[in-house]
Amino acid sequence: MYSRRWALAASYAVLLVGALLVVGPFVWQALTSVKSFQDSVRIPPVVLPSPWDWSGYARVFEVMPLGRQFVNTVLMAGGRTIAQLIFCSLAAFAFARLEFPGRRFFFGLFLVVLMVPSQLFVIPQFLIMQQLGWLNTIQALIVPGMFSAFGTFLLRQFFVGLPRELDEAAELDGCGPLQRYWRILLPLSRPGLIALAVLTLLWSWNDLMWPLIVNTDPEMMTLSAGLAALSGQHNIEYPALMAGSLMATAPVIVIFAILQKQVIEGIANTGGKS
Amino acid sequence: MIAPLGLGLAVFYLWPIAQTFYFGFTEWGPFGGSEWTGLANYERLLADEEVWTALRNSIAYTALVLLGVPVAIVFAALLNQRRLRGRGIFRTVYFLPVVTMPSAVAMLWQYLYNGDFGVLNQLLALVGVDGPSWVSDPRTAIYALAAIGVWMAFGYNLVILMAGLQNVPKQLYEASAIDGAGPVRQFVSITVPMLSPTIFFVSVISVIGTLQMFDLVYLMMPAGSPALPATQTIVHLFYSTSFVRNDPGYGAAIAFVLFVVIALLTAVQFRIQRRWVHYV
Repeated sequence: MYSRRWALAASYAVLLVGALLVVGPFVWQALTSVKSFQDSVRIPPVVLPSPWDWSGYARVFEVMPLGRQFVNTVLMAGGRTIAQLIFCSLAAFAFARLEFPGRRFFFGLFLVVLMVPSQLFVIPQFLIMQQLGWLNTIQALIVPGMFSAFGTFLLRQFFVGLPRELDEAAELDGCGPLQRYWRILLPLSRPGLIALAVLTLLWSWNDLMWPLIVNTDPEMMTLSAGLAALSGQHNIEYPALMAGSLMATAPVIVIFAILQKQVIEGIANTGGKS
Repeated sequence: MIAPLGLGLAVFYLWPIAQTFYFGFTEWGPFGGSEWTGLANYERLLADEEVWTALRNSIAYTALVLLGVPVAIVFAALLNQRRLRGRGIFRTVYFLPVVTMPSAVAMLWQYLYNGDFGVLNQLLALVGVDGPSWVSDPRTAIYALAAIGVWMAFGYNLVILMAGLQNVPKQLYEASAIDGAGPVRQFVSITVPMLSPTIFFVSVISVIGTLQMFDLVYLMMPAGSPALPATQTIVHLFYSTSFVRNDPGYGAAIAFVLFVVIALLTAVQFRIQRRWVHYV
């Protein structure tokens, strides 16, 4: 019995060391954000700021249009998420429940998009935005990301797992496909819809390459591109940089904290990455 | 009902794939307009040292990031112990880097890695080691970046592995405990073989993901950094060729090379899996 207790104690020790390696950098980031510049580069380092200096949080608004970029990011992530919930769930319902000619062929095409690396469509996507005159606009950030093969696949798997009897009964009562979709399957699929919504929000919020390509005007950048530009120009103002990156990250961390069960289940079930 | 999504995917994804394939055989002028050049891009690519270096770097990252998978397996097994408390808290903590914006992560690690006042080197100094400028030194940069890659992917792999462990029958552990098997023996003889389909899945996902690594290189390697050639990935080269040097024809050819490499490595993994993955 003693060896079992020791094994458990050793497990806790290993897990705690791992947790420290993960949390440590974040703690250092938070501490640095409230240090003065001199304290942030001191050798040997000071752990606690003396005195606490909150000016980094104001300074970061001077060196980048953080408020504006925050709004851009919310619009991009929100727009993509709402659109994906609608478009993907409609298509997923059709693939899961309806018989139509070419169903397997179309589903095969979806899987092609799912499996191909994004570099294979990003140049033409950029050219479409350019031709529409959409460079440096909000819609450039949103539109291509409104459609997702991954989201359709995730929701289709969810719909397929629901008992068929429910919507067959509704069909006997004279419900058409749209009613079965709206009244039966969607309400039963809340966990799947939430998983897709949070995953889309997360990946959109953190997305870097696409925003970099389409929006080069700082006023139209997202937070991820804005921070990237900032670290190039002000790569020594650590307190301000840490304050900015904490503020940019906080919203998704909060959403994740609230909905982590759905996020983790969504990832565990699908290995989901858009 | 699939029309709205089908149309969007056709316009923004499927047709672009065909277009990119076509672009790979064209050369773009400085004022727009492109010209069919046949296999010229692919010939240039074969002789281009930059492409080969980037490809080698991408594969090196992939190998390094895969080293994190065995650690994640051990951690998943530790967390799966019936008598362990705080499973959810640990899982949440390990997952934090997965949800954190890469731009913020890169900024943070650049500071930690700083050669002079970075915390890492100051900690090393305590044990008498004089650490290098991790990110700007070409000899260490790729390892420094790969370590962040492991740090960011760890929680993601862990969550999938923990879900896989839910499907391992508890009776196996109970029966083997009666036969006198200790925790290490159980891990080797039960956990790893029973989990092998999930381990395989995690490895495939990691390889595909890491071969497309871009963010960290873009964020941590300013143009002209001496360490850029030692760390540049194939996707970073694709980005700078297509959108910075305005050479999308050549960029498209690079994208196809990446696609072929991903397909090949995934096929190889599916071949090898027959030897080590046990499906129940």
